[in-house]
Amino acid sequence: MSPSQYEPSAIQQGRITFRRRKAVRSVLLAALSTAIVGTLLGVLVTGAPGWDRVRQSFFDPRIAREWLPEILEGLWLNLRMLVFCALAALALGLLIAVLRTLRGPVFFPVRALATLYTYSFRGLPLIIVIYLMAFGIPGLRLEGTPSVTVLGGAAIVITYGAYLAEVFRAGIESVHPSQIAAARSLGLSYRQSMRFVVLPQAVRRVAPPLLNDTVALQKDVGLISLAGPIDAIRMAQIGVAQTANFTPYVVAGVLFVLLALPLIAVTDWVTLRAARRQNAGT
Amino acid sequence: MVLSCTDVRKTFGSHVVLDGLTLDVGEHEVVALIGASGSGKSTLLRCVNLLAEIDDGVIRLDGEDITDPRVDPDSVRQKIGLVFQSYNLFPHMTVLDNITLAPVRVHKRPAAEARDQAMEWLNRVGLADKAGSYPDNLSGGQQQRVAIVRALVNSPRLLLLDEVTSALDPELVGEVLTMIRELKGEGMTMVLATHEMGFARQVADRVAFLDKGRVLEQGPPSQVLGDPVEPRTRQFLARIIEAGRL
Repeated sequence: MSPSQYEPSAIQQGRITFRRRKAVRSVLLAALSTAIVGTLLGVLVTGAPGWDRVRQSFFDPRIAREWLPEILEGLWLNLRMLVFCALAALALGLLIAVLRTLRGPVFFPVRALATLYTYSFRGLPLIIVIYLMAFGIPGLRLEGTPSVTVLGGAAIVITYGAYLAEVFRAGIESVHPSQIAAARSLGLSYRQSMRFVVLPQAVRRVAPPLLNDTVALQKDVGLISLAGPIDAIRMAQIGVAQTANFTPYVVAGVLFVLLALPLIAVTDWVTLRAARRQNAGT
Repeated sequence: MVLSCTDVRKTFGSHVVLDGLTLDVGEHEVVALIGASGSGKSTLLRCVNLLAEIDDGVIRLDGEDITDPRVDPDSVRQKIGLVFQSYNLFPHMTVLDNITLAPVRVHKRPAAEARDQAMEWLNRVGLADKAGSYPDNLSGGQQQRVAIVRALVNSPRLLLLDEVTSALDPELVGEVLTMIRELKGEGMTMVLATHEMGFARQVADRVAFLDKGRVLEQGPPSQVLGDPVEPRTRQFLARIIEAGRL
């Protein structure tokens, strides 16, 4: 019988009807339980004894409207920092990861330094790195010292570079040695094997964790406010000081979440695609 | 002699894999290496291709000592093709890119010329329609034929085949063996490690039985496979026949 003539049997039709009914019931159940949980949470928060005070000092719409443009202006600095720091940290991480794979006695110091770097900067709190860079380096009074914004950005790049280097290294090590053997057997040099065979596969495999670290980085760029530059958080802080109201912090928080959403969505999509491809391969 | 291995020794820790192995391969000759798992067949091929460093002895390619540490291994490997049991195609590249990678990057040939040559080969082996496919979408037999083409486009002096049909479903073995038979017809010098005794008999000029890291017995297929002198060769073949019957 050709597929065009196929009609589901009575048994199969019964199954289809049953499954459809079950699906409808699941959706209704999900909607109901969401409504219950939502109502309970709402009652819990708004029914709290201090809710009115909290609403006034954290969710004042007038103050939010007033400070939104200024905080947005600060966010523009965060956004630029994010793009620059993410790209620079990815490049640095990749470089360090590749340096750590180099073999041969000549490269021992390079390897040792790269290892020392990833060990120390993964342990060192970002805030301390920012303080050291932004206040320590200008203290040297060298000529041509860059601004604190650049120094703060450099602190973020150095710290995140150490994390990303380890992610890249995990990716490089996950490529099966037989791939290198195949590349070398064709006469490719070690460098060519890395560049054309190992790294493309490694980067594809670790794309989800790399993007996840970039999401973490996007909120940590806010920490440069500690060094002085007026970003969204510092601007919100000024707002809080002037209005004696915490609403500007909430505004800044919401803006950071909105800024992260596209990146998070891309990460989820890439992760899903990678998982699907992995399953298709086996 | 295209290839000449003399007293080759290779150890992994305290485990001696090749124990003073000696083997010569002449021009246009096809030598089949047979022997139990762990007898050193694959290790020998990896040593010849300098993927593994030998611990003693000499391996010569066209008379040149390629195991001399002053020799550039990349230039040696450019003259020796190696095909793996599990194909080892690059999964992130199309079939065509897999084949043209070495011609373009190593031999610095123009991309268009390398592509034409690759397509010619793919046409010959009936895989031209797969040029744009990724290895994942090919059957094992197709992948292995691509892997052989990938080794051949470098015009190697010597082709090493490491159990190239062991990972294949039985009905796919034939297409790969046909290709190797054709290569023999064209005069390609080959060393192949194999479990396919029937194939060794058909295609090999000489069969070498490896045992405990040495060539215990070698000669024409009819003699080594049909009327072996050494008791251990007889034992090995008896086990193969028994397994075939089960």
